[in-house]
Formats: sequence, C-alpha cells, structure tokens
Amino acid sequence: MNNLHLVDLTSGEVKMEPIRKGFGRGLLEAGKINDQVVALCADLTGSTQISLFAEAFPERFIEVGVAEQNLVTVAAGLAAMGKIPFTSSYAAFSPGRNWEQFKTTACINNQPVKIVGSHAGLYTGPDGATHQMLEDIALMRCLPNNVVVVPCDSVEAEKATLALAADKRPGYIRLARDSSAVLTTDKTPFEIGKAQVFSEGSDVTIVACGTMVYQALQAAEQLFLDGIDAEVINMSTIKPFDAVTLIQSARKTGAVITVEEAQINGGLGSAVAEALGEEFPVPLKRMGVKDRFGESGTADELLNHFGLTSSHIAIQAHAIVKNK
Amino acid sequence: MAKNYTSKKRTIEDLELIATKIREDIIKSLEKAGSGHSAGPLGLADIFTALYFDIMKHDPKDPTWDQRDIFILSNGHCAPVLYTTLAHAGYFEIAELSTLRKFGSRLQGHPERERLPGIETTSGPLGCGLSQAAGMALAMKINKDYHRWIYCTLGDGEQNEGNVWEAAMLIAKYNLHNVIAITDRNNIQIDGTTEHVMPLEDLRAKWESFGWHVIDINGNDIDSIIDATAMARSIVEKPVMILAHTIPGKGVDFMEGDYHWHGIPVGIEDVAGAPPKNEQAKSALHQLRTLEGKIRSEHE
Repeated sequence: MNNLHLVDLTSGEVKMEPIRKGFGRGLLEAGKINDQVVALCADLTGSTQISLFAEAFPERFIEVGVAEQNLVTVAAGLAAMGKIPFTSSYAAFSPGRNWEQFKTTACINNQPVKIVGSHAGLYTGPDGATHQMLEDIALMRCLPNNVVVVPCDSVEAEKATLALAADKRPGYIRLARDSSAVLTTDKTPFEIGKAQVFSEGSDVTIVACGTMVYQALQAAEQLFLDGIDAEVINMSTIKPFDAVTLIQSARKTGAVITVEEAQINGGLGSAVAEALGEEFPVPLKRMGVKDRFGESGTADELLNHFGLTSSHIAIQAHAIVKNK
Repeated sequence: MAKNYTSKKRTIEDLELIATKIREDIIKSLEKAGSGHSAGPLGLADIFTALYFDIMKHDPKDPTWDQRDIFILSNGHCAPVLYTTLAHAGYFEIAELSTLRKFGSRLQGHPERERLPGIETTSGPLGCGLSQAAGMALAMKINKDYHRWIYCTLGDGEQNEGNVWEAAMLIAKYNLHNVIAITDRNNIQIDGTTEHVMPLEDLRAKWESFGWHVIDINGNDIDSIIDATAMARSIVEKPVMILAHTIPGKGVDFMEGDYHWHGIPVGIEDVAGAPPKNEQAKSALHQLRTLEGKIRSEHE
C-alpha cells in the first residue's frame, strides 16, 4: 500500500505504549546528540518522562517547582544564551497557564523554547476536566513562529522530539498519558510540516492527529468491508500546516473528515476547514469534543462518550460519502 | 575570547551630564511619538546612565559580544529610557529616536529583541524579565562562564505579578548571584500609588524572606548606583536586589511625584495647573537643559 513501514495492525496483538514514553526516549537521545539541549520541569518529572534526561544529564536539568509561568520564561533566558530548552508539565498548565509568557518571550523573540504538553486530551482519563487539556491545539496554532506537533504514537513522538531539538523555532509537542496503539516503526519517516498518507483510498479522506490516527485506521478497515475506500492522513504537524497533502487527497476523494481528541473549535478540524475553504471546498465533517469540557472516566469510556471511536468515524464516513 | 575591552572611566559630573542629555532626548522623542510613558523613563535615567556608561561591560559596535554583561528591561514600558541610552552609548544614531513608536521604526512601543541591536529580550507584559535573567544565568553556569553579570530592572508595580516571585524563588534556590536586580521604587503605577493599588510594603522584608540580600539606595544618585552594584557583585552568598528609590518624572518639577504622568506623554494632555501643551514641553526641556536652573543651557 505504501512504503511508510507501518505496523500491520491486522496481524496479532497491537503493542500499546503511552505517547509520552517516546518523548522521554527522544529527549534523552537529543541530549546525547547535542549538549546544548537542556530540560526544565514543573514538579512533574516522572509523569512527563523528562526523568530519563534528568537522570542522564543532571547538570542540564532544572527543576522550577510548581511554577509554569517561570518554566517558560526561564527557558526563554536559556534559549537566549544558545540553549535548546524543553519545558515539561501537563498541557493543562503549560501552555494552559503560561500562554502569554510563551508568546512574548519565545515566539516574538523567535527562539527555540519547546513546550512539552503531557497529559493532553481525553487520554488523561480520571483526572477530569481541569486536567484534560482540550484547547491546546487552538492556543498554540495561532502563534506566529511556533511549530505544533501532535505525534500519533510513542515512536513518532521520539522522532518528533529529535526533530524539534534540531529546529530553531519555538515549538509545542502534545503528548497523551494513557497507553495507545503503536502504529509506526523506527523506519517510518517523520518530518516537521509533512503530513503522511497512512492508508490510501479514493472515497473519503480521514485526517487525524495523535491517538485518533489509530481510530481512523481502524475505521478505514471497517469501511473497507462496507465497500468504502477511505484514505487516512496522519496530520502530525498542525503548524506549519501541510495543505498540499490535504488538498491532493481532497481532490481525489471529494470528502473530508477530521478527528481529534480536542476542542472542535480552533484545532485540527479548523486548520483543515480553513485550507479547504480557501483552496478546494469539499464536504467536510469535523469530529472532536464539541464545545464542552471533559470529565472523569477511562480513555475508552470518554472516546465513546464524545463520539470519537472508530465506529463513530465509520458512521460519519458513510454519511458524508452518501451525500457527496 | 574576551576582547581587549576597557570601559572609559567618567567622573560623576560627566555621568550626570549624560543623564541630563538622556532626559532631554526622552522628552523630545515622547513628544514626537505623542504617546508613551514619561515618568518612569525620566526617573530611571540615572540608573541607565550608570549602567551603560560606567557599570556594564558591553560594546555598542558588537552588541552580541559573547562576553558582554546583559541588561534586561523587565519593565518594558520604560523603553524610551533604554532606547535613548542605547543611542547615546552608540548602538544607533540619536536621530533615530525621533521614530519612537512610529510605523516601520525599530523603536517599537515596547522593545523587541529581533528588531533592534542591544535589546536582549522582548518585554512589555510585566513580570517576565527576572525569569529570563535566571535562565541566562543558568546557561552561564552550565557553560562555566563566570565572568558576566546580568542586570535586570523591574518596576515596583510590576511586582504585583506572581511570575516575579516565582523567579525570586528560583534565583535564590540556585544562588544565581550574578543576577543583580534593580527595582525602580518610584511608588507609582497606572491606577495610582503602589500602596493604594496593591501594597508592596514591606518590600525589603519580602525580598529578604525570599532569600535575597537587599540594598536600599537613592536611585537618582549616580554615585550610589555605582556603589550599590559594586557591592552587589561582591556578595556571592545570595542574589542581590537593589531597591532604587527614584522620583518619577525626575528633572521636571511639574512631573515629579505626580502619577498622572505615568501614562501621559509630554504635551498631549493638560494636567491641572500645568502650562498648556507646547509651553509645557518647552518648560520641561528648559528645566532639563538647565539642570533645573543650575547650568546654562547649551541651547540658549
């Protein structure tokens, strides 16, 4: 089907791993490659997986305590001196609490401060609405100079972390807490700003990011049995946005669905709608959390509650293909 | 590698003359801009003169010199005094000061690092400068770069911001004693006096309890400013906060101590009892040029 060296999800058991684990490995590797890489954490060293780096390079690790505003502004000072700082906390607090500081000191200064937003989205689970960051994609996507990456699995997160460490711009990487399926392999290419067609099809395009890429691929399997040939795009970089790959696919299929475990306003779906609306309008269905806050539950329960499972995607695909 | 840099030593009288010129140009450029803060920048002219013409190791011809001392303006609304001081120090032509806050100017309403040489960071939103000074000091520590100082001015009203105290804790935690913070303690903020808007006192006790050594000085006395920073550099067991008590609008008698000037450009709005627009600006300049009547103005 393609040469992306993806995991064959139809054979045997799918490996599950939290996306944040891949970040932890990637940062450790980035630290080995470049001694200018430094890490800062706001009292969540273990759960954000920055602990791997902290243990390997204690002299390049800074614990700022529960102080997210300080987290990014101290990082901005480090970046001004040539360092490449990765700052980690829960996405609900960073960028949730320090957006202006990040805008002013990282983005206007245009320097490589990286925000690592762990525990983003519904995969945060039982912690509930306060800790399920659903607005981060919208918040980070509107900032000039900023790069926004939402890796689809732990393996891609590792590569994305290395890519961000080598990138001179400010950046945001969105990570999930609970285990999710591993779809990609070490050989799967990753490039900032480049979307990838994970599954080719001609009837409908499903654009997804993060954990939703797996749901989209599952939906495509299901749809194939129903006689619908769905194309699945992993839009792992939200900014800069790869409109070329999107439009190419939309020209072929004539219908697009977007799926994200984030607020439907301002996120991936909005980015897709903006690009299609201006360049190649086709029927579009945006799937995400519909202008509501999250709540406690397991990831599976929440995906079901908010209508974001593969079955929900398949239903929407049927509807959009029927009305094309 | 350090360049063969020697700062030219000036007398206090020389420095006071420079401060007066800086005040004149602050007023001129604000008048031309038609908006901007005047009281804070005028109150800070002596501190900036001392920093850029005596205290700091820097090279206007090589603004990114890797051994320079660093200055961070956390109170970004005081940009006019930074711009004017940089121009007088030779970072760019004094004539460019007339473009302050104008479209296309490198002298933005609030300073931006990417636009103008000599600006170390973008500021304006308050409370972020000290954290960035901390980050820079941490980078120097990692690099084992022990010969550089980071000076950071903060407003007093700015210290309403929680971010300041987050930075205060971190700097004390890592004992980043090459950070020398200077509070412009002029007791005014936009809505009135600091003690009315959000009381800061006992400010010395606050900083001390956060693990800092505190030095109170007259922030309009250049000799005291130079002395205090020298002492701050010699204290290695704690970071140092210099509480520089300044007079807002210093040098212009009808501005001194009146918080209305905090956000009002010279010659734009009539303040009760003040002369009308142009006369007001002229009178302000006259007072400055004559060092409040002490000398003959070179323009007369």
